Amino acid sequence: MNDYSGKGVLCVAEARHGKLSSCAFELLTAAKKIGAARGEPVWAAVLGDGESVKAAAAELASRGAERVFAAKHASLSEFLDEAYAAVLTGIVSKEKPRTVLLPATVFGRSLATRLAVAFKAGLAGDAIGLEVEGGKLVATRSCYAGNVIAGVSFKRAPEFATVRPMAFPRAEAGAAGKVEEWPVELPALKSEFVKFSADDSGEVDVTAADRIVSGGRGLGKPEGFEPLRRLAKLLGAAVGASRAAVDSGWIPYKHQVGLTGRSVRPRLYMACGISGQIQHLAGMNGSDTIVAINTDPDCPMMKLATYAVQGDVFKIVPALAAEIEKRRG
Amino acid sequence: MDYQLTETQQAIVDIARQIAVKKIKPVREHYDEKEEFPWPVVDEIRKADLLGVYLPEEYGGMGGGNFELVLAAEQLSRACGGIALAAMTSSLCALPILLCGSDEQRRKYLPDLASGKKIGAFCITEPEAGSDATATKATAVKDGDHYVANGTKIFCSSGKEAETYVIFFSTSPKRGARGLSAFIVEKGWPGFEFGKKETKMGIRANSTYELVFRDCRIPKENLLRAEGYGLFVAQGTFDLSRPGVGAQALGIAQGALDETLAYVRMRKQFGQSISSFQGIQHMLADCATQIEAARSFLYTVVRAMDREFNPAVRKAIDEKTPVYEAMDKLGSRRWTKESAMTKVFCSDTAMRVTTDCVQMCGGIGYMRDFPVEKFMRDAKITQIYEGANQIQRNEIAAMMIKEAASAEKIAAGLA
Amino acid sequence: MALHIVVCVKRTPASTSVAVDSATGKVRTEGLPHGMNPQDEYAVEEALRIKEKNAGSRVSVLSAGGPESDEVIRTALALGCDEGALLSAPAFTGSDTLGTSHILAKAVEKLGKEKAPVSLVLFGKQSNDGESGLTAGETAAWLGWPSVSFVRRLPAVTESEVTAERLMEDGIETLKLKLPAVVSVTKEINEPRLPSLRGKMAAKKAPVSKWGAAELGTDASVTGSAGAGIEWGRLSPVPSRPSGTLIPGETPEEKARNLADKLKEAKLL
Repeated sequence: MNDYSGKGVLCVAEARHGKLSSCAFELLTAAKKIGAARGEPVWAAVLGDGESVKAAAAELASRGAERVFAAKHASLSEFLDEAYAAVLTGIVSKEKPRTVLLPATVFGRSLATRLAVAFKAGLAGDAIGLEVEGGKLVATRSCYAGNVIAGVSFKRAPEFATVRPMAFPRAEAGAAGKVEEWPVELPALKSEFVKFSADDSGEVDVTAADRIVSGGRGLGKPEGFEPLRRLAKLLGAAVGASRAAVDSGWIPYKHQVGLTGRSVRPRLYMACGISGQIQHLAGMNGSDTIVAINTDPDCPMMKLATYAVQGDVFKIVPALAAEIEKRRG
Repeated sequence: MDYQLTETQQAIVDIARQIAVKKIKPVREHYDEKEEFPWPVVDEIRKADLLGVYLPEEYGGMGGGNFELVLAAEQLSRACGGIALAAMTSSLCALPILLCGSDEQRRKYLPDLASGKKIGAFCITEPEAGSDATATKATAVKDGDHYVANGTKIFCSSGKEAETYVIFFSTSPKRGARGLSAFIVEKGWPGFEFGKKETKMGIRANSTYELVFRDCRIPKENLLRAEGYGLFVAQGTFDLSRPGVGAQALGIAQGALDETLAYVRMRKQFGQSISSFQGIQHMLADCATQIEAARSFLYTVVRAMDREFNPAVRKAIDEKTPVYEAMDKLGSRRWTKESAMTKVFCSDTAMRVTTDCVQMCGGIGYMRDFPVEKFMRDAKITQIYEGANQIQRNEIAAMMIKEAASAEKIAAGLA
Repeated sequence: MALHIVVCVKRTPASTSVAVDSATGKVRTEGLPHGMNPQDEYAVEEALRIKEKNAGSRVSVLSAGGPESDEVIRTALALGCDEGALLSAPAFTGSDTLGTSHILAKAVEKLGKEKAPVSLVLFGKQSNDGESGLTAGETAAWLGWPSVSFVRRLPAVTESEVTAERLMEDGIETLKLKLPAVVSVTKEINEPRLPSLRGKMAAKKAPVSKWGAAELGTDASVTGSAGAGIEWGRLSPVPSRPSGTLIPGETPEEKARNLADKLKEAKLL
């Protein structure tokens, strides 16, 4: 239907407030895999303003992007769908990659839609796996709240896919790609960036969350929730609670999970110091992955959990937070 | 079961079910514990047009009959019998006005009850006059264009929240049952005040108040039908309203079974789901069978009642006459016996089913954390109010004997 | 200030606990209760709230899908939307997001031409079946309008401009978009209303337009399975969650490390 033909895998790196997101390195890993299967090069693009763009581009080049297109412009200092899409449309038109990978974040999802339409191309959202099968690119993704897995294959080029964060390991440094400054020309914009506020409430709503860190009687006091809040923040999770904790006045009712609170089915549910009264289990047992942290290895929650960690919540939770911080660098 | 509902009836069921699940279930425990009147939920039910499903369109209702009321009450009660009552109690005020009110009384009072702008209540009980309404002590004495009411009524559902009331006073204490009269009373009239608020075993979301009358002047236009017809008004109302209690009971039973079935499928003992034990299975089967039997009986009776009552309402509105007169003209049959039977059967079923549900859930079923014990507490009232089940049985038997006697007379006449 | 708001809704299974037919590799949806995609209820509610604040405004509802999608249009009408159109044609069957958004964009253009110029198009964040969250953005791209997805609040809507708070992973971004624009909203934005009996009965009788390829003037090269850029392969159910794996370790740190490994394996870290 179109006469687009191209070679190469382009990774669109997300850089927010001047800082390169590590998702970009995961995209590079996926891109290298596709590139190797097809014998095609791996490229990256990064947009922004100021010196940080150069640094980000250099980092992408060092982690395996043969060419990095670095677009620098005052109007690109914050993410604006229209402006970013205009620049990337220019890059794809000129460089003609066969495949374009973006992170499955608000940034990537927003941008991918504009690019796909600009090239009347297929777009596979939220890929958790990418394979080249008989020359065809197949993206694996989940749907129906994680109950079903599907393979989505591309019928023509260019191929656009958003890749779920954490789905691929991060590409390590060691290569020496080339950074190319991309000249930016922007059309008249119909949208404008007003401001960013880092998480104004500090809290994610339990019913809307896809990760929940929940605490129960085992926390012993209101302050017992502090380490959970820190972990939740790291995970982008909501803080939940069992009825016992809510009734003790340690945390407001809106956090209560269970038959008498809110029923939830997040991708990750971490039950910290919750033994698992049946009315609590009834409100969360549909969660994809359940982690229980408890001193009692025989309590119902530890039996139900995908991963049960026996031990003191006040030691395990901070240790896990530290471990995550360490891994993120 | 497919009960062949019309599109509107199915829509009533669907909307009431949505309200039950989305608006009642999350808050039922709060209102049960705090004994607060559930205004926000009543408001949702009002906005959904469910408060007037059984009232004629002329008065802002949806033009259905008692069956429509039963369908809504059943679905709302499936989440909480107390909150459902808070919304549906108005019908106990609207039905006597519809049945015995004049054209003017209907036009004055029914629209606000149909739209839910005002809540209605009904009160006949007194400390000394429960099942025996002839022992009524509160009086209304004629004084020119007014009646002057004095005395205390008790156990008035939605007592303080209501704004329109149907209340029974003795206008002629010497005449006993024949001295009883029914009046439409408005909140705020001088001399009409609220006494004690009761604390209850169940249906705690709905309030129950004592009403106190001290020289309260009731305009004579607010007398229903005529002096001395109080018992007629009460009995006629109960004939119409008992299926509503049956529906409330049925919803409570179904709600308890819904929760129990979910629980027994999840609960594991001896390494397996307790729903795999025959002891549990037989109880489940008995509960479901009794509920379905009660439902088909209730629906059959209330539809038969509507077939008699709805045309009389139509005729009364067209001719601007009271409905009881239109019923007389049409020779409408009154289903006193069957109406009583639905209340007895549905409420006894609800008590049995909810008790068994608590049993099936075991220890957790007895705990306030778990919703099943509340259904059991809520079920109990349905065996008691609007005529205790023993009184219902008296009436059923009395009707049976009367019917047998007249059948004999007819047979004798034929021979 | 009279605005014309369009809401796009999708018919999806009421529950996401679905079974996959091993013979066909497709989700078995026949006989399952269906309804309006839960996320779309928030878009409908937001549209109605904007309408109620701005006298003379109208809300149109669009749904692309089979004839049975008529039902979700009526669900939206029951809540207070003014008119609806079903976008359905044999030629649309098998469309991917590219095709579906093209069909929706054409319908928005048609509504704008025939009824009143469209100010705002609202979507739910994503559907509960496909879960891509891409249709809003692609529709905006076809229209050439600015868009913002995953919005938790619309603090201001004027005749010419909408202010939107977008939920990012690390916080909230406030953006201003010139109208017409496309916005997708999240559950945080409001609490959807329930239908009234009168609304529901009126919606059953309301006329719902049906627009196909000819009425919309859609491009066959991007719609239907032939025009799709992607093709769905066989689906498979996700194996049920195993339970009771005890995380080994001598110290809390070691346990935390092992747990982090498992979470990483499960793509949760």
